[in-house]
Amino acid sequence: MALLDQYEPGDFFDEMFSKEGEVRPHYAALFERFQRLEQEEFDQRRTAVDAAFLRQGITFTVYSDEQGTERIFPFDLVPRIIPNSEWTLIEKGLIQRMQALNLFLKDLYTDQRILKEKVIPAEDVLSAKHYRPEMVGVPVPKDIYIHICGSDMVRDRDGTYFVLEDNGRCPSGVSYLLENRVAMKRAFPQLFGSAGVRPVDHYTQDLLTVLQYIAPHGASKPPTVVLLTPGIYNSAYFEHSFLARQMGIQIVEGRDLVVQDKKVYMRTTKGLVQVDTIYRRLDDDFLDPRVFRKDSVLGVPGLVSAYRAGNVSLANAIGTGVADDKVVYKYVPDMIKYYLGEEPILANVPTYLASDEKEREYIVTHLDKLVVKSANESGGYGMLVGPASTPKQREEFKELILKNPRNFIAQPTLSLSRHPSYCNEAGFEGRHVDLRPYILCGEKITIVPGGLTRVALRKGSLVVNSSQGGGSKDTWVLYGDS
Amino acid sequence: MLSRVADSLYWMSRYVERAENIARILDVNLQLMLDLPKLGAEQEKKIWSPVLRSTGEYEDFDKLYKSTSSENVIDFLTLNSKNSNSIVNCITSARENARHVREQISLEMWEEINRTYLWMKGQTLKKIQKVGPYEFFNEVKNASHLFQGITDGTMTHGEDWDFIQVGKYLERGDMVTRILDANDEIFINAPDSLMNGGTLQWSAILRSCSSHDAYRKFYVAQVEPDKVVEFLILNEFFPRSIRFCAGALDEALRRISGCQEERFTNQAEKLSGRLVAELNYSALEDIKTVGMHKYMDDLQIKLNAIGEAIFQTYLFSPPLPEHEPEPAEVKAESRQEQKQETKSEGAHPRKSGQTQRLPKPAKV
Repeated sequence: MALLDQYEPGDFFDEMFSKEGEVRPHYAALFERFQRLEQEEFDQRRTAVDAAFLRQGITFTVYSDEQGTERIFPFDLVPRIIPNSEWTLIEKGLIQRMQALNLFLKDLYTDQRILKEKVIPAEDVLSAKHYRPEMVGVPVPKDIYIHICGSDMVRDRDGTYFVLEDNGRCPSGVSYLLENRVAMKRAFPQLFGSAGVRPVDHYTQDLLTVLQYIAPHGASKPPTVVLLTPGIYNSAYFEHSFLARQMGIQIVEGRDLVVQDKKVYMRTTKGLVQVDTIYRRLDDDFLDPRVFRKDSVLGVPGLVSAYRAGNVSLANAIGTGVADDKVVYKYVPDMIKYYLGEEPILANVPTYLASDEKEREYIVTHLDKLVVKSANESGGYGMLVGPASTPKQREEFKELILKNPRNFIAQPTLSLSRHPSYCNEAGFEGRHVDLRPYILCGEKITIVPGGLTRVALRKGSLVVNSSQGGGSKDTWVLYGDS
Repeated sequence: MLSRVADSLYWMSRYVERAENIARILDVNLQLMLDLPKLGAEQEKKIWSPVLRSTGEYEDFDKLYKSTSSENVIDFLTLNSKNSNSIVNCITSARENARHVREQISLEMWEEINRTYLWMKGQTLKKIQKVGPYEFFNEVKNASHLFQGITDGTMTHGEDWDFIQVGKYLERGDMVTRILDANDEIFINAPDSLMNGGTLQWSAILRSCSSHDAYRKFYVAQVEPDKVVEFLILNEFFPRSIRFCAGALDEALRRISGCQEERFTNQAEKLSGRLVAELNYSALEDIKTVGMHKYMDDLQIKLNAIGEAIFQTYLFSPPLPEHEPEPAEVKAESRQEQKQETKSEGAHPRKSGQTQRLPKPAKV
């Protein structure tokens, strides 16, 4: 019996099979290969890939676990495939969105034209938790605020792509995208040639180019770029060291940096060396205890003063988190129209604001049908999936919403697309997936083909985050459409 | 290179070497016991006590175990997570330091130390007894050799590699003094009838330092205590003799600063250069005059002082005056405490059987 014979696409948009149960053309080569695969052979490759991840220490740390256990991010061997024409559209749409977001941030931190002209309500923007009034009037190099973005995309029942959120602070996961490809190439080397898959491994080179491009005037040549990490106990530390290694730059912790005369230096065995660009993987709040959280021991005292003086560049800029706010998210289509005079290429998920009286009324009376999210949480925390919730949970959320309406939004529960995934004893079953492409903004905007496909491995679950039982897949963008 | 990176490389290297040496010390004693008639509990304790003193915190052992049996000692020095110098903790610390500098070391080095760590995490006393302690300790030694070999073969031999050499030779030299010291005591404590004139024991010591064959080749002679001591302390070419370690350490330090021979640019080089000269111009008689015990103790104090000077010169940057208190300052305080500790131990005449504590990183 072939591997996928028993597979049931179910009443969902299935990435691999059409409604009629036909294999979609861009999956044909893969399907054919998998059907020739013995279960035993598949298991062998799966075990080999898992063992390699563990040996290489490609792991993340689980916070709730007291021992700080390192786990491998479950990797599903069935790749997700995107045909070229579909990708071209996604790429265009994301570039458009990115341009608008950077123009919005520039506007917000200078003239606030969009607010003054009441295109979007000022109170919704200025009340965002991550809006940084300290940054108003501070110029940033090349007017770029978000240099690295990881937007989350999903597809609904008819296969339409939606942008679910823009992660413009410190999006993580790109190392898994790159490592998944390496693992997949090791497990199925021949398949790549026959399928025609676009490569992804230039990502780190592109990233370094962006980081060098934004270095301040008068920086050394080439500029000294470092990656600032919260340290080895951070759940994404593997990724930090991976990226630093691939780019050949130093990875630093706050205690390695010191500010003197509004310039940032790192402490080396040969004395102090000036730093030009910091790719910081540390949230705004922790960057500088003199300006933001006083109790932060991860940051660098005086860093913000050096930044304001233009002596060091930060990627991403301080204050980009305002665009991550799920209330502000609602207005991105308006930003695209306002700044670019274009219609949005990619759709937003319809969003109801609890801060609006009418919409709030709708939300609290339809909790069992909606997905409620906190405006500023990530990682799948602080949300209520209505159809899967208990009356008690709904009651709790209702209270929370009424107590602090600004902090909540709601969206209709999308029937997310599913993808055949290996589910141990159950064999191959459909599991919900999303897609996180990684967008880089430097001299031009580039996106590595595809992105990280995350999969909710728990049966029926819509939450793909690694902290909540999610796994990932290699994502292929083909040269053609089949 | 970042000072923090140098610090991690240095300690990563020390911990790998330490794990290997603890395996060696345990192995040699276990083998020695195989050659002896069955021992009573009291005799067993006499054999193990010096080992415990030189490699771990003896008081902790007494708190954790009722008797000083071979099994308990193996458990304490190998698997016990409460003993900061147990093999499992050494490997964990080495790997933790490697994790800090993962992008600096070669991929192969990281994978090897991670592999060793995962293997070590899966060990239990039962498993070790099943394969036999000899096999197990061999694995630990091999893992260290493999790691050091991979380091030499895959990493650029620049400043970062030199800090790894500094850590390795400092730790190795220190551990040889401990092996000699511990065994010296066993020799004194054990009844003559058991020791067969010492040949057994001295052969075991040689083996524990991988030097049995090298010794034979060099002296073409029976194993004699004097010659063993001479070989392990003063031999110029054997890579586990103290003189060799001091020389290699000194060379690595000079490569880091670019300082020429017979000069010094910092305290660490001054102390290491002095130690090398002293060992180069010493003979067996000098060791005998001072007494083995005292001589080893002095060596340990000197090696510790070099370690401290390296820390002050390269690894620790004093906070800048305009700064609010930050981790580096806390670091300085904890370091000062340790300094005083060393001083007080050195200042007082040592009680019988007391040994310098194994150096630990000044981490916050």
